Amino acid sequence: MKIHGTAIYVLWRREMIRFVRAKSRIVGSLAMPIFFLAFLGLGFRRMPVPGMGGGAGYIGFLAPGIIGMTLLFSSSMQGMSVLWDREFGFLKEIMVAPVSRVSLVLGRIAGGTTTSMLQGILIFGASLLMGFRFRGPASLLFGLVFMLLIAFTFIGMGLVFASRMKDMQGFGIVMNFVIFPFFFLSGALTPLENFPWVIRALSYADPLTYGVDGLRAVLIGTSSLPVLVDLAAMAGFALIMLFLGAYSFETSEGV
Amino acid sequence: MDAIRVEGLVKTFDGFTAVDGVSFAVEEGELFGLLGPNGAGKTTTINMLSTLLRPTAGAATVAGYDVARDRDAVRQSIGIVFQEPALDGRLTGRENLEFHTMMYGLGKAERRRRIDEVLTLVELTDKASTLVDKYSGGMKRRLEIARGLTHRPKVLFLDEPTLGLDTQTRRHIWEYVRKLNKDAGVTIILTTHYMEEADFLCDRVAIMDHGRFAALDTPARLKDTLGGDVVSLEIEGHTAPFLEALAREPWIKRTRVHEDVLSLTMDRGERRIAELVVMAQEHGVTVTCVNLHKPSLEDVFLHFTGRTIREHEADQSERLRAAMRRHGWGRR
Repeated sequence: MKIHGTAIYVLWRREMIRFVRAKSRIVGSLAMPIFFLAFLGLGFRRMPVPGMGGGAGYIGFLAPGIIGMTLLFSSSMQGMSVLWDREFGFLKEIMVAPVSRVSLVLGRIAGGTTTSMLQGILIFGASLLMGFRFRGPASLLFGLVFMLLIAFTFIGMGLVFASRMKDMQGFGIVMNFVIFPFFFLSGALTPLENFPWVIRALSYADPLTYGVDGLRAVLIGTSSLPVLVDLAAMAGFALIMLFLGAYSFETSEGV
Repeated sequence: MDAIRVEGLVKTFDGFTAVDGVSFAVEEGELFGLLGPNGAGKTTTINMLSTLLRPTAGAATVAGYDVARDRDAVRQSIGIVFQEPALDGRLTGRENLEFHTMMYGLGKAERRRRIDEVLTLVELTDKASTLVDKYSGGMKRRLEIARGLTHRPKVLFLDEPTLGLDTQTRRHIWEYVRKLNKDAGVTIILTTHYMEEADFLCDRVAIMDHGRFAALDTPARLKDTLGGDVVSLEIEGHTAPFLEALAREPWIKRTRVHEDVLSLTMDRGERRIAELVVMAQEHGVTVTCVNLHKPSLEDVFLHFTGRTIREHEADQSERLRAAMRRHGWGRR
C-alpha cells in the first residue's frame, strides 16, 4: 500500500496546531500528574520503598511512575481522538480523502506521539523541580526510548477502541475499566512486590508495568526486572498494539 | 461517458434495508437531485458513491471508477459536502482548506492560488484567518462548499447543502451551485428534502422513498405526469349547461365538481382563465373566485408516494431514526 508523506505531515501538523491552541487543555491534563507528584511525593517522602536500593527515596520511585502515567493517559486519549473526529464530523473529511489508510494511521501516530512525548517531558521537568534526581544525560536518552514505546503502545490501543466505537458513550467505560486499571496495576505508585500474587500476575500482563520498570531502571538504576526484559516486553507490546490499532482503523467504516 | 452509473445498489444495516436496489445514471455536467424525506436512503446512497460505506449488493462507478474496487481513484475524482459539518473548528478557515488541499496532493503554489480563488467565490476572504468555531452556520456551509471545490473534482456531492439555513443564505448557495455547474461544468449530485430546491436547481430529480426510486425525470416532466395545471372556479347559478359546454372542450383533461367549486385540469391554465370566465357568463353562471394551481414537486411527491413530504417527516423519519439509534449506526 502507498504511503503518502504529505498526508502524514499534514495530519501531524494539524495535531500540533490544535495542541498549541488548546492551552487550557494542556494545563488540565498536566494538573493531575503534578498533583500526584506533589502530594504523594511529599507525603511519602520519608517512607522506605521495599525492594528498592540506593538513596533515591519515594520521589525517585514515584517520578518514573507518574511519567508513565502521563504517557498512558495522553497516548490513549490521542489514539481515541478518532472518536472526537467522528463526533464532530471531521473524520469523514479525512476518510474521503484520496490517501491510503496506512498513511492516515501513521499521521495520527506521529501527531499523537509528539504531543504525548511533549507532555511526558514536561512532567519529567516538573519532577526535577520536586527533587527527583536521575543518573545523567545518557540515562535520559534511554528514558526517552521507553517513553516512546509507551506512547506507541497506548496510541495503538486507543485506535483499537476508537475504531470499534461509534460514539462517545464507550469512552467513559474505557477510561474506567481499561486505562485506570492499567495505571494501578503497573506499579506506578506502589511496588508490585506488595501485591497479592493474583494481582501481580495481572500486572505482568500490563504493558505499562514494563514501561515504568524500564524507566526506573534507566533513570534511577533500580528495578524489579532486568532492564533488557523491560525493553523487549515494551518493544513487543508497542509493535503488537500499533499493528492492531492500524488494522482496526483500516477496517473500520468511515461513517 | 456517464459521470455516475449505479446498478442495483443495496445497503442493509443489521437487517434494515436503507437503500433497496437503486439504479440510475448521471450524465457529465448534469445537476442531479435526490429528493425525499429524512430516512429515505439519500445519504446512504451518497456515502456509498463516495466510498465511505461499502455497498451490500449492486455496483456503481463514479467518473468511470468502481466505488468498491477503485476507491482511491474515486476519492481523487470527487468533492463532497456532508450533511453535517465536517470542519475542524479549532483551525481557521484557511487552515481547513490547507489541510484539504494537502491531503489531495496539490503543490504549494497551486494550493495558494486555489484557496484564494475559492475563498473569493464564497466571499470568505475576510474571514480566512478566523477560527471556524466562530463562523455562523451559513459561513461554515460556504466554507465547506469552497473546500469541496479546491481540488477541482469531476463530480461534486452535496448532501442537504442548505439544511437549516435561512432563506437568504439558501438563495446564495443555490446561486453558487448553479454557477459551478453551468460555468465550471462540474457534475453535481445533491440530496434535499426541500421541494423548491430540487425544482430550482436540478436538471433531473429522482424521488426517493423507503430506499427506492419512486420516479425519475426532469422537474417539468414530473409535474406533467400530474396532467397539468388545475384551475378552480367558484361558481353560482344553474351549472348544468356550462358543464356540458366544458365537456365538449378537448383541452380540459379532467373535471371535478365539489359543492360549488369546479376543478379543471389542463395545460397552461393561465392562458385559459379569461376564456373560462367568458364561457361561464355565456351559460348564465357567475364566477365569484378563480384559483390557478401549478403543480409543484410537492404534488408530484404526493402523487408517487401517497403522502406529502411533511407527513413523512412527522412519523416515518422519526421511526427510522429511532431504529437507527437502536442499531447504533449514527444519527443520519
